[in-house]
Amino acid sequence: MKYAKLLLSFVLTIGIFFVLNTKLGSIPPLGKFLNPLSGIWQNETDETITGTIAIPGLKDKVTVHYDEYMIPHVFAQNEHDLYKAQGYLTAKHRLWQLEFQTHAAAGRLSEIFGEGALNYDRTERRRGMGYGAEQAIKYMEQYDTETLSYVQDYADGVNAYIDQLDPKDYPVEYKLLDYTPEAWSPKKTALLLMYMTKMLAGGDDDLEYTNVLRLIGQENFDLLFPDFFDSTDPVIPKDTDWSFIDVPQTESPASKVAILDTIAETIEKPNPDNGSNNWAVSGTKSATGNPILANDPHLGLNLPAIWFVMQLSTPEHNAFGATIPGALSVISGFNQYIAWGETNATRDVIDWYKVEFNDDRTQYNYDGGWKDITLRVEDIKIRGKESYKDSVLYTHHGPVVYDKNFKSDEELAGYAMKWIGHEGGNNQRTFIELNKAKNYDDYVNALKYWNAPAQNFVFASTEGDIALWIQGKFANKWEGQGKFLMDGSNPENDWQSYIPQQFNAHTKNPERGFVSSANQHPVDENYPFYVFNDGYETYRNRVINDFFNSKDSFSVQDFKDLHNNTYNLKAAELVPYMLEHMDASSLSEAERRIYEEIKTWNFNNDIDEVGPSIWRQWYGKLYNLTWDEFDVEDTAMDSPTTYQTIYLLKNHGDHEFMDIMDTEDTTETAKDLFLLAFKEAAERLMEIKEEKGDYTWLTYKATYAGHLLQALPAFSRFDIPIGGDRNTVNAASENHGPSWRMIVEMTSPPTAIGIYPGGQSGNPGSQYYDNFIDDWAAGNYYDLNFLQSNTATDAIIGTQTLTPATND
Amino acid sequence: MTKNITNFFATIILAAVLSFVLPWWSIMTAALATALFIPLKRAAVFFIPFLAILVFWAGFSFFLSSGNDFTLAKKIAVLLPLGGNPYLLMLVTGIIGGVAAGIAAIFGKQIVSRTKK
Repeated sequence: MKYAKLLLSFVLTIGIFFVLNTKLGSIPPLGKFLNPLSGIWQNETDETITGTIAIPGLKDKVTVHYDEYMIPHVFAQNEHDLYKAQGYLTAKHRLWQLEFQTHAAAGRLSEIFGEGALNYDRTERRRGMGYGAEQAIKYMEQYDTETLSYVQDYADGVNAYIDQLDPKDYPVEYKLLDYTPEAWSPKKTALLLMYMTKMLAGGDDDLEYTNVLRLIGQENFDLLFPDFFDSTDPVIPKDTDWSFIDVPQTESPASKVAILDTIAETIEKPNPDNGSNNWAVSGTKSATGNPILANDPHLGLNLPAIWFVMQLSTPEHNAFGATIPGALSVISGFNQYIAWGETNATRDVIDWYKVEFNDDRTQYNYDGGWKDITLRVEDIKIRGKESYKDSVLYTHHGPVVYDKNFKSDEELAGYAMKWIGHEGGNNQRTFIELNKAKNYDDYVNALKYWNAPAQNFVFASTEGDIALWIQGKFANKWEGQGKFLMDGSNPENDWQSYIPQQFNAHTKNPERGFVSSANQHPVDENYPFYVFNDGYETYRNRVINDFFNSKDSFSVQDFKDLHNNTYNLKAAELVPYMLEHMDASSLSEAERRIYEEIKTWNFNNDIDEVGPSIWRQWYGKLYNLTWDEFDVEDTAMDSPTTYQTIYLLKNHGDHEFMDIMDTEDTTETAKDLFLLAFKEAAERLMEIKEEKGDYTWLTYKATYAGHLLQALPAFSRFDIPIGGDRNTVNAASENHGPSWRMIVEMTSPPTAIGIYPGGQSGNPGSQYYDNFIDDWAAGNYYDLNFLQSNTATDAIIGTQTLTPATND
Repeated sequence: MTKNITNFFATIILAAVLSFVLPWWSIMTAALATALFIPLKRAAVFFIPFLAILVFWAGFSFFLSSGNDFTLAKKIAVLLPLGGNPYLLMLVTGIIGGVAAGIAAIFGKQIVSRTKK
């Protein structure tokens, strides 16, 4: 009995220790997390931007000047040191994000979050993310050990930073989720590049289209999903002469039969809004006589932001611009001679093949015989549980993503994915070369290494050239190849060859005096190869090109205005038509008020307007009513694009698809849908007014930049006052938009401005975590201080020196 | 009374010293040790180390956070959730440390009581 109290107090002590030392559900281990000696209070700091730090493996001293935006200006004596410093500094400011993104790419989130992330991890593994990264490393090992050595330098730099850390210094997210950083490796850089490839070229609708084709037939399919729209304004101008291309398009096989399976469910696709704008005007069209170039990639608005701005220089070259944590060199930026930027070149680079297995699934049917399967076992570690082993079967097409173990119930068949992302390219080399490029020829040479994701690389030089290449490795497909699920046993369905790189569509110094791209059609029908994609942008490009055709001379101010342009061409092409043709006589008083509101809208998606909100609701309801046929249970479907929907509403208003299937005794036409949709929209708008006070675009859209951990409110920014929407040039929608805005005038050296929605620090405890957001929303830019020599100017607020560590 | 005061300061100092070599539970070790060597009576067994560590952790948190305009504390106080109030977060930090220390001290006291008899 005497010992009962002792025992009880002992158990209590162990108990409180356990509770405070263990992550319970989503609650962090509170003792570890909150104690001021090693917990989150240690993260209440700003960046250190002075002093000297010893780094193992450096050959020479590296100087890092920080300006008031916390942009590091790096002066190294050689390229190896430069990339070591880039790795070190990226880790210093963005360690958690750096690692988390590659964990996400590799399908390793279950290690952090437990079983809840298993389905996500399996999807990424079956998509072949790790396999693709390994192919990229293999390629570099075999053909380009120089680039690989820089990738290793970057890894060494990251690891030098991690090695210096004490657990109390770990970024706050590690403390929250109770895990620790691991060593960086070249494979992680390859994974990051796969992550970008997936984000930008990881989507396709082949399987959905297969269902649609089966349900509505070829004729309807061609009407609803045409290869080219009634009018296109392609990236490469229409009048381009293609006579230099002497390789023909692959001939169509005798039979082109799609496999019309019923596909219930497909893997998660990247956000279809991932896209961008870029453009450049020539000297003759520029107010100052210098070419001007702009880029704004549209990606998810996240914190820490996807971009990290740096100046990276050696005595041989000096580049400045946006980098991506995990990749080497500047991705969208400029050097002393050229400027460049990217938009996504939307193209169908994923195809699906149905493969049939033998009884023990070790072989598959091909060309009348059997071919061996390669088995890849994915070992997925799960926090607090035993690992999950997923067997993925690889064919010569690629991984069998869907089989009896994943989203399919076919015992002896599966769908194999052919994706350019698995081909093992040398993308990193392109950026390293672009950073050093001095002229058009250097730029063209740099692009040759680029496989995927296909990009529209815009270019301008101080010599006065402007250009745009659509660069990627593209299969030379037969007409219609890969639009639908194909028979994987027929060799004619394989990709037969690739379009020779020099025949990729491009334009240099076009007569019109400008180049531009905004994810629209790359070319018109005259380009001699088969070109297809399932999600072209059709509005931003026309607003941009109309603007550049509207006058003779453009200034940097014009560029800023265009970046911030919120003109909603989509609405402008349908709203007047709807107002004209809709019978408004049955509207209630409240509905009529809303009707009057949208009548006066000037089609700008500005934050104090109500028109954009009414349009969003109205069109959203209309779209759903129009394509009610596409809401089929247990069938993965994709409905037509907005462009084609509007075209059909205006030109085929009495087509059978306009009819609402639920109403058996009436046959609706487009006009009826306008009214029905308007009434539904009005009802919803009044509800929103009730809930939120008003439905101005600011309130309705409520743009936010969400922390990478599912927009954890504590670390996110909400209700950001920015106009625009997904199809306006200023493409800021709810959680997506211009993730980096840059304008470069090609003076010597170039003069540049830029901004992004975030901040240079990845630490939510730093004032530099989200300090750019307000200026970004307001359409402001920062002068990018392009230092020409290793001397701190007035713009510099601190200088840190990285020195080689001695061996003792 | 002086024993209470001695224990109070001894706990803080020992906790601070041990924190250089031990993780967060250095405070539990410190409270346990002071309970062994400077034993207290009744409620003071728990409350003196509780107060000592509360003051230590909340005070140190304030010191670290005030130098940075409470930027992170305000956010963590949304996360936990404490209405975004950084001072409440400091209090919670102090109480968590204090409770852990107090319980460890009770255990220490029990060891002393058992071994003496």
